[in-house]
Amino acid sequence: MKAVLLSFALAAVASVALITVFLVSSGLPAIGKIGLLEFIIGKRWASTAKDPGFGILPFILSSLYAATCSILIGSPIGLLCALYLSKAASKRTRAVISTLVDLLSGIPSVVFGLVGMMVLVPGIKQLFNLSDGSSLLSAIIVLSIMVLPTIVKVSTTALDAVPREYEDSSLALGASQVQTWLGVSIPAARNGIAASLVLGAGRAIGEAMAVMMVSGNAANMPSLFQSVRFLTTAIASEMSYSSGLQRQALFSIALVLYVFIMIMNMALSWLVKRSAS
Amino acid sequence: MTRGFQKAFKAMMISSSILVGSIAVFIFAYVMIKGIGGISWSFLSASPSYLENRIGILPDILNTLYVLLTTLAIVLVIGVASAIYLSEYAESKKLARLVQGASQILSGIPSIIYGLVGMLFFCQILGFRTSLLAGSMTLVIMCLPTIMKTTQESLEAVREGYRESSFALGAGKWRTVRSVVLPCAADGIVSGCILCIGRILGESAALLFTAGLAHSVNGYLEGMSSSGATLTVALYVYAKEQGEFQAAFPIATILLVLALAVNLSASAVGKRLSRGRS
Repeated sequence: MKAVLLSFALAAVASVALITVFLVSSGLPAIGKIGLLEFIIGKRWASTAKDPGFGILPFILSSLYAATCSILIGSPIGLLCALYLSKAASKRTRAVISTLVDLLSGIPSVVFGLVGMMVLVPGIKQLFNLSDGSSLLSAIIVLSIMVLPTIVKVSTTALDAVPREYEDSSLALGASQVQTWLGVSIPAARNGIAASLVLGAGRAIGEAMAVMMVSGNAANMPSLFQSVRFLTTAIASEMSYSSGLQRQALFSIALVLYVFIMIMNMALSWLVKRSAS
Repeated sequence: MTRGFQKAFKAMMISSSILVGSIAVFIFAYVMIKGIGGISWSFLSASPSYLENRIGILPDILNTLYVLLTTLAIVLVIGVASAIYLSEYAESKKLARLVQGASQILSGIPSIIYGLVGMLFFCQILGFRTSLLAGSMTLVIMCLPTIMKTTQESLEAVREGYRESSFALGAGKWRTVRSVVLPCAADGIVSGCILCIGRILGESAALLFTAGLAHSVNGYLEGMSSSGATLTVALYVYAKEQGEFQAAFPIATILLVLALAVNLSASAVGKRLSRGRS
């Protein structure tokens, strides 16, 4: 029985190995043909043109901008909300808000995309007088909302785990509540909070469908009011009709995305280890 | 720190919380209002037809159901078995750490990458072609870490005394696991399943290239071997590629109602769990 169970347990390891092997083996050939530098810092993506260009710098930068900005917008809101839920809210309020946060995290990404398409895109178009509201800005706003539940939930857990005595001693020394939260609770929970931000950023970089529906999908260099394409949406938008070098290049994009995710993973496990010790 | 700052800070905490809550309420309300009117018996029970200018989502509902059942059945076996191995059998700490590390990596991989690798491996190399089966197998890998984690946590929460009593009665290791430890951990496994159901219902990027986009009504076996869109994929295609919002919003409404149901049952099971443990 033990051997059978062991073989099942190895399924996860085998899956990771499978994914890595496939991404590397199908992603490297195109990078070899195009040239690593040309591929990573090339600014022109025209995969179906007569004189094709395979530079993915616009996708890399768009993905990084969108993830960074959505974390910058989402983290203050999410952290303030987590602080309120963990330290200040009554039991009832906490139950209501955390139920809503759970609901938010359960909304499928296509629904976020749909609402973004119908509410955000026309709104941005009107507000800024653009010819099309599908832009980096819409994607950033959608992602900021999508990372909120992750930030709120993980940070709340981290703040809840701060020993009561720390806060009580601070209060006993005459510090006010707000001083205690800012000076004691948040520093004590900093690893958990940082982990929530890394998790959120990972989610933002990996999101495909929601941003595909609101970002217009043109391979421009990132600019707030222009249509952009991300690493994820570059794969999704051309995969169905791609062939030859174009198809191989899409796998190379996936490899680049995988490398980003792996870096975040390492940061995350480092943070988790630090908060455990 | 001035009084004013502290007051402003508290006000910001409260307004951030209200903002987060109202975003959730707004999305639910907006989709419901736009979509509830489009849900009718004929919408739910027909397949789409250009000739008759009819929109129906019966095939998408069936496809979702097929994918859900297949994925859950397979991931339950693999996930529970590996959790049992990790918590009851594993002697080598290194191996346990390896498996756990792998499962952590899996939970961070974006679904578009699952879709891509699923397409390469299941559709092309194993020859499943674009089919619900290939989609389900892809989702199995995606859901594996969730089931493993929840099951392992609940197995480890089972009191050591139960195992020892069972051994004392002469039961072997496997017998003990099967008839004493597993039943005690049932709630945790159920909550893992509910989380997976939520993830499967909401998934789209991983299914786009593995399960495909077709809308035809099939029986289970035929359905698994042919291409088909689940509700989420259908929503994406209707909204983004065809601009058919009178189909997209009702589907979104159904998805949100399902997400709500998943959420409520998860918190119900969660409450039972914490009561059982205290």
